Amino acid sequence: MRVSVQLFARLRELAGQADVDCDVADGATIADVWRAVAARHPALAPYASSVSCARNEDFARMSAPVHDGDAIAFLPPVSGG
Amino acid sequence: MDLWDEGPKVQGSKGPKVLPAYTEGMSLLAITRQPLRAEALAADLERQVQSRGEGCGGICTFLGVVRATHQGRRVRHLEYEAFEPLALKSFARIESEVAREWPAAAIAIHHRIGRLEIGEASVVIATAASHRAEAFQACRYAIERIKQIAPIWKHEFFDDGEAWVEGATADVDDEAARQRARDIAACA
Repeated sequence: MRVSVQLFARLRELAGQADVDCDVADGATIADVWRAVAARHPALAPYASSVSCARNEDFARMSAPVHDGDAIAFLPPVSGG
Repeated sequence: MDLWDEGPKVQGSKGPKVLPAYTEGMSLLAITRQPLRAEALAADLERQVQSRGEGCGGICTFLGVVRATHQGRRVRHLEYEAFEPLALKSFARIESEVAREWPAAAIAIHHRIGRLEIGEASVVIATAASHRAEAFQACRYAIERIKQIAPIWKHEFFDDGEAWVEGATADVDDEAARQRARDIAACA
């Protein structure tokens, strides 16, 4: 199945693109999507322990399952305010 | 649709004039590219809460402002980026947390994105309550929570380079972080 991935801020700059399509196996989780994206863009790997994520514009856990067509977002540590 | 979009241009005797972007009754929670107006936002909030409970006896406003230095380096300007739909949801979450902690308080949050110059406001928070203590506490709580969970990023541009600022890992389920924000607010 295929999910779309959105990268923000420094993650986007490190990957060189804001939007990535990602193919993952049935039963995959957001963590699996992260690993697939980080494999394609190794510069993202150091963010494994600090990244947070969203699924279909809602906060999610990395352990959450994904479904075909989901929109996943990976968020580096935030700095609003 | 950005509620702060420039209004229609009006042709007057002195040429084109842009109407003020801020209109009464716009959303109290917003992400915008336009300059922030704390006073107008506070007035909107006051109108909304004046009839509630004991009425509105105090409004606390906080403005986050672009500082000219960061860790000794001179900042030329900043750029803020947001995951807008999720940032608005995080503001709504903060609003409901405030309602739970301070039932008599109400809140408005406007955060700016795009390029900001030194001295410009990046965020304005207004809290209104029947008494000042709740207004101060809710306001302090809200800025701490924005820094913890709002998917917004600050990109600093210096004379000699640039850097993304990276603070907290956004985790809305982190109760310890929420408790820290409550503890800080209790001292406000």
